[in-house]
Amino acid sequence: MPNALSIQHLTKTYKNNVQALKDISLDIVKGDFFALLGPNGAGKSTAIGIICSLVNKTAGSIKVYGYDLDKEKDKAKSYIGLVPQEFNFNVFEPVFEIVVNQAGYYGIPRKKAAQRAELLLKQLGLWEKRRDMARELSGGMKRRLMIARALVHEPQLLILDEPTAGVDIEIRRSMWVFLEEINRQGTTIILTTHYLEEAEALCRNIAIINNGEIIENTKMKTLLARLHSETFILDLKENINKVPAVAGYKIALLDSSTLSVEVNKDQTVNEVFDELSRLNLHVTSMRNKSSRLEELFVCLTGNQIKDDAQG
Amino acid sequence: MTLEQQFIAFKTIVVKEILRFARIWVQTIVPAVITTSLYFLIFGNLIGSQLGDINGYSYIDYIVPGIILMSVITNAYGNVVSSFYGHKFQHHVEEMLVSPMPNSVLLAGFVVGGVARALVVGSVVTLVATFYTNIHFEHIFITLAVVILTAILFSLAGFVNAVYANSFDDISIIPTFVLTPLTYLGGVFFSIEMLSTFWQNIALFNPILYMVNAMRYGMLGVSDIDITMAFIIIGVFLACLYGFCLYLLHNGIGLRQ
Repeated sequence: MPNALSIQHLTKTYKNNVQALKDISLDIVKGDFFALLGPNGAGKSTAIGIICSLVNKTAGSIKVYGYDLDKEKDKAKSYIGLVPQEFNFNVFEPVFEIVVNQAGYYGIPRKKAAQRAELLLKQLGLWEKRRDMARELSGGMKRRLMIARALVHEPQLLILDEPTAGVDIEIRRSMWVFLEEINRQGTTIILTTHYLEEAEALCRNIAIINNGEIIENTKMKTLLARLHSETFILDLKENINKVPAVAGYKIALLDSSTLSVEVNKDQTVNEVFDELSRLNLHVTSMRNKSSRLEELFVCLTGNQIKDDAQG
Repeated sequence: MTLEQQFIAFKTIVVKEILRFARIWVQTIVPAVITTSLYFLIFGNLIGSQLGDINGYSYIDYIVPGIILMSVITNAYGNVVSSFYGHKFQHHVEEMLVSPMPNSVLLAGFVVGGVARALVVGSVVTLVATFYTNIHFEHIFITLAVVILTAILFSLAGFVNAVYANSFDDISIIPTFVLTPLTYLGGVFFSIEMLSTFWQNIALFNPILYMVNAMRYGMLGVSDIDITMAFIIIGVFLACLYGFCLYLLHNGIGLRQ
């Protein structure tokens, strides 16, 4: 059974000799919710651009649902829906027309396209805005418009390049629910994002790309299991001026009523609570200092940057 | 894509293009009417009435075919260059590039959009001309063929310009410094027989001369050059430009990094 996406030895060197991708290979199975992460300039958007025929590759091959992007271009392209990083619709066109015209480019009759556009715009909360010019939409609405446009030809592979950038948390959460639902219905999703908690919450598999190379490609769970320690922030009821001593734990005083506590894989938070109770200190709330994926991401890409600098 | 799907994609672009220039008709159609009215009034009526006949026709009758064709050329070119560059500039050309639509369909959509505007403006200019002189068509099919082929040719040329353009300046440089001089020197307002032999030979390198004369032959039945040669020249330019446009699209020149 072919993969949803199969990239083999993909290389891209721009005219200014910048090598954006260095012989990357990647397989994404059907039905996956896949995170493609990396720092700015790592090569994510170049890879997506090549998959979507917006950037010319230097070498390598790509298959989409078994169809070679060079040899069976139209078949391969018909499987892909793209939500790009930048707004790329005509801001002087009405919302409804943007979605229906996109269906037209895929050869979908206007009547059917109009039905699909209506359904998608309703699902994404844009139906009331269908007659508005795209330039009149808010940032969050524009992002949702691009999702509706990408889905109008019912692609099997949806590529989302930072779909929630600049979107408020409420809309972001509703977009997560929507994306999870279409993934449940069978659409393979590739997500790039700078919100790592988003990737952690949604994606089952992950690849991290840095300096044009894939430095990690595994299951999300496997990657997160590699985290040796987590740092928690504890808010105290009492004000203190000295770090409470809890044997075996790295504790720092952030301010008079806030502690940061590093808990290793073989330790438990209970021991910290027990010791704080013994010292008559009461914890009112607790949270992660950063998402687990974020800590790993910084660790992985940070090490790579250091290695490059030393090499 | 099946042929039916390709036709839907083509129709989508054409309808979008026609709606675009129709929506901004004050910018796309009215200027041509004003400019050509002034040509007819000043060159045709005021100055033309002081001049003798050319090839047996009054001056205004002689210049009408060229002026109509001039509006066809500038509007076909202008429509495609501004529309396609706008698609590039705002990146919404990517909507088409990610789709499975063949390059030939994309190109045909924009070209037919350019031809449609050229035909609308050409018709309006012809209508304006009827206020100044009696219009007649000696060879109606030749006239139509010249108008349509010329509109296709300059739509393709506008597409090439848009592909290479990196700024709004770049889409006005060719019309200002190449297209307008070639059109004015292409025999719209004069017969090349009025020129010295040296300049007549130079003028023969101007492709617009052939189109203007073929148009004049279609409307008046007179031409400075052989009509067959005119169609051969138009055909060669059409084939070369069409092939070049497809080459640009296939390789993503100016569109894909």
